[in-house]
Amino acid sequence: MPEKVRVATASLCGCFGCHMSLLDIDERILQLVELVSFDRTPLTDIKTIGECDLGLIEGGVANAENVEVLREFRHHCKLLVAVGACAVNGGVPTMRNQFSLKACLDESYVSGVGIHNPGIPKDPEIPLLLNRVHPIHEVVKVDYFIPGCPPSADTLWTFLTELLAGQPIAFPYTQIHYD
Amino acid sequence: MSHSFTLDGRELPFVPGQTIMAAAQAAGVYIPHLCHNPDYAPHGSCRVCLVGVGRRQVSACTTPVTEGMEVDNNSEAVQDNRRAVLQMLFAEGNHICPVCERSGNCQLQAVAYYTGMLAPHYPPFFPRRPVDASHPDFIIDFGRCILCELCVRASRDHDGKRVFAISGRGLASHLVIDSESGLLGDSCFAVTDRAAHVCPTGAILPKHKGFERPIGERLYDREPISTVGDLRAHEDEVD
Amino acid sequence: MGGPSVPEIQGFVTESLGRRGRAPEHLLQHLIGVQHRFGWVPPAAVESLAAQLDVTRTQVRAAIAFYAFLHDRPRGDFDILFSDNITDRMLGNQRLLALLAEQLGMGPDETRADGRVTLGLTSCTGMCDQGPALLINGRAVTALTPQRVDRIADLVGQGVALDHWPGEYFRVEDNLRRRGLLLSNPVTDGAGLRKLVDLGVEPALADLDRSGLRGRGGAGFTTALKWKFCREAPEGDRYVVCNADEGEPGTFKDRVLLTSYADLVLEGMTICAAVVGARRGFIYLRGEYAYLLPHLESVLARRRAEGLLGESILGKAGFDFEVAVHLGAGAYICGEETALIESLEGRRGVTRKRAPYPVIAGYKDRPTVVNNVETFLAAARIVQWGGYWFRGEGTDQSAGSKILSVSGDCARPGIYEYPFGTPVHRVLTDCGAERTQALQISGASGTTLTPADFDRIIAFEDLSTAGSFMIFDQSRDMFDMVQNFAAFFAHESCGFCTPCRVGGSLLHNLVEKVAAGQASEHDLGELRQIGAVMRRATYCGLGSSAPNHILNTLDKFPDIYRRRLRSAEYTPSFDLDGALAQARAIAGRDDARAHIPDTPPQPPEAAV
Repeated sequence: MPEKVRVATASLCGCFGCHMSLLDIDERILQLVELVSFDRTPLTDIKTIGECDLGLIEGGVANAENVEVLREFRHHCKLLVAVGACAVNGGVPTMRNQFSLKACLDESYVSGVGIHNPGIPKDPEIPLLLNRVHPIHEVVKVDYFIPGCPPSADTLWTFLTELLAGQPIAFPYTQIHYD
Repeated sequence: MSHSFTLDGRELPFVPGQTIMAAAQAAGVYIPHLCHNPDYAPHGSCRVCLVGVGRRQVSACTTPVTEGMEVDNNSEAVQDNRRAVLQMLFAEGNHICPVCERSGNCQLQAVAYYTGMLAPHYPPFFPRRPVDASHPDFIIDFGRCILCELCVRASRDHDGKRVFAISGRGLASHLVIDSESGLLGDSCFAVTDRAAHVCPTGAILPKHKGFERPIGERLYDREPISTVGDLRAHEDEVD
Repeated sequence: MGGPSVPEIQGFVTESLGRRGRAPEHLLQHLIGVQHRFGWVPPAAVESLAAQLDVTRTQVRAAIAFYAFLHDRPRGDFDILFSDNITDRMLGNQRLLALLAEQLGMGPDETRADGRVTLGLTSCTGMCDQGPALLINGRAVTALTPQRVDRIADLVGQGVALDHWPGEYFRVEDNLRRRGLLLSNPVTDGAGLRKLVDLGVEPALADLDRSGLRGRGGAGFTTALKWKFCREAPEGDRYVVCNADEGEPGTFKDRVLLTSYADLVLEGMTICAAVVGARRGFIYLRGEYAYLLPHLESVLARRRAEGLLGESILGKAGFDFEVAVHLGAGAYICGEETALIESLEGRRGVTRKRAPYPVIAGYKDRPTVVNNVETFLAAARIVQWGGYWFRGEGTDQSAGSKILSVSGDCARPGIYEYPFGTPVHRVLTDCGAERTQALQISGASGTTLTPADFDRIIAFEDLSTAGSFMIFDQSRDMFDMVQNFAAFFAHESCGFCTPCRVGGSLLHNLVEKVAAGQASEHDLGELRQIGAVMRRATYCGLGSSAPNHILNTLDKFPDIYRRRLRSAEYTPSFDLDGALAQARAIAGRDDARAHIPDTPPQPPEAAV
């Protein structure tokens, strides 16, 4: 029996919706685990990444920690995939790119409605935010892109099965959508 | 005497003076496009309708057919070009489909689906363009404007109003509105204008209704634009 | 702040409307007048012009935003723009700009707080043979030196009006180095025009046909054919336009022709008018050459007085032709003939769909001949001296001579006229170029040549050129040229079509990434890919030629890119650590975790 394909996943500046969509493959997950084993992923709660064949990234790059995680994935994964709108083009969080970082933080922590104890957090444990939110291909090389907010379970299934079968990936029309 | 040319190897008739786009549409063949709308004079700015003729690529919407012309609408080279041009449009603006009411009914998106575009590829510019919500019936999200000038043309050539124009140049080109304040609400724009209904993206959107038809069940969610055609043919559903 | 009052502005506009005309196509000329008078276009002028010209205020605002020399905000009393062609850079313009900024106590791209002076850069002003150059309130200052800059700082500081500045600052030399077929004799007594009047139009057209003259603007369309098409167009008005929007960086021959050969140029236009049946013509003069306006107006007035222009030219009843000079206002694209016509009609200079070509539907949708300055000059002499005279020089496909603008690293920059068929090395020898590394022929949109190409000849069938010759010796870093041109094309794209508007800026950003030492091999592939898309897909020639310099140098000078690469693999599109700067400032943090390390974690192999 051939060795299983080692897969890692992460959610950067995302909502975990893409991970939920992956779980939406329902019983097909049993077929999947015949073929793959999971490394670092929120699904296994493994916190550090080892050598992997495939890395699935949900979410865009919004802070210093996102950059760090993304770089780690790039260096440990043979193939890196942008999964979902935020990883692909920054997605909904890029709406904050219309405003300065200062304006965003002021709105959230200082002047917004219903704020008690106003003040922008400065704890060194909190990763600093980038001036703008970026898609992941602005930081590392990305091998595949799967659009969608989130990509449907069927889209992810098409991708994984065809990739694992060594076929070129061809999504049917209804499986490509940006929303 | 009948005239003919070939498109992807298929012999098609044409009427002298017809553009490649018009002849193809008459024969029921889809050539992807954004700035083209048969109700208005050909424009040729979006460059999505490029087709191969000989060793060159020309815009189908502005190039007249000639006898025996051989047009390539489907080769890898032609599709690659179109995809690159679409990717440039996506990188240029702020196209956040998940929050756009036009998503699923958007020609920009539909043409991108048709060409199999998976990502904008280029580094996005994230231009800062404030939304204009000053009008009682419509909003304008300039971040979604692709400068096709359909609203400019409809307002000028159909409505006789000249509400819109393009200002600036290069990447700073942008849509502007003819009122002293520059706001739509202070212009003579009205819901009955053709210009209110020609935008191929979500840049000009009606207010007071949202997500009546769920995402996933909309026009181009169900079928490709090559089959169902432009928004123009589906205004009842979309507006 | 005592800005102009609304009645003052309205008064000026009313006066301008009376003088320049009240049709929509006069808009740009009024705006240039307002800008010149007030140092900007105030809102009152926008409203006033919109109300009285039957244009929307949007069209007025759009024009202001399109043309680089029009502004919707006040500029300084002294509005100083340094020419920023690569040849100006090679002569140290940036150092001089920094020097002037320092002496004036301001930044190099701003208006000083007291409103006295504005500093900035502008595209090539056509003084490449006598740079570095600048424009001050639209007037050209040449041959800048640190001493001259010192003096300018004083004059500005003291608020001395330009009319009282030393005259030599504004002196523009012809630098005619080699005169050939056309330049050997500037004198004309209207002989060509007389011959035309005596013998009729047909022999003139036959001579033009025989001469094999092709357009000198670069595209090389047969002139006789263009005139014939216009002549044969259906009844009605037609127009003759002289394209003097010499915007191609490194080109300045038209400036010299309009300075010292204006009569011949106008004679060519008048002959053209007779041939095609036009009664009105325009010289579209680039804004950078506005200082030539009084000279051209005086030549026009003299020709009218001599019966060579106006009504019943040379006494021939019905031979009426009038020429107006229209100014541009800083837009390279207006050198493209359809954009030029849009601009003549007062709009943004955006290219039109072709066909129909201007010769069928041009100015006001009427048949219009648009020719280069040099083409009209040649046509005048051809009609005077005959087609065979012209044909006697040059090659089979390229008859006659070509006037070159030579600049860059050579002992004698200036204007050179050669028979077509002359090899490049001959020009380089004559102008005193030594240790030449590269030659940029035909301007920023042209071709980069290396010594291996120097045996090639100047001719439509080999090196087709509008005449710009920019020379780079071995001391130069060719990447400086790339950086300069990439910025130029991003700035000068009209924005109409997607691949030029977006692609031009993508290229510019990538070139800046290479310059910053942050690029990777992947980015070089991107430069090629975007360049290829632009070549194929743009709407007009500006866009399709904009990536030439990058694609040429990637092939011929790969090292200028390679030695700047940070990585063979892939690098971020933005400065990661720099992108935390705002957050650091807001949080007042500077600990290790408030930074993103430059080098990512080592790949697994290296870590072992």
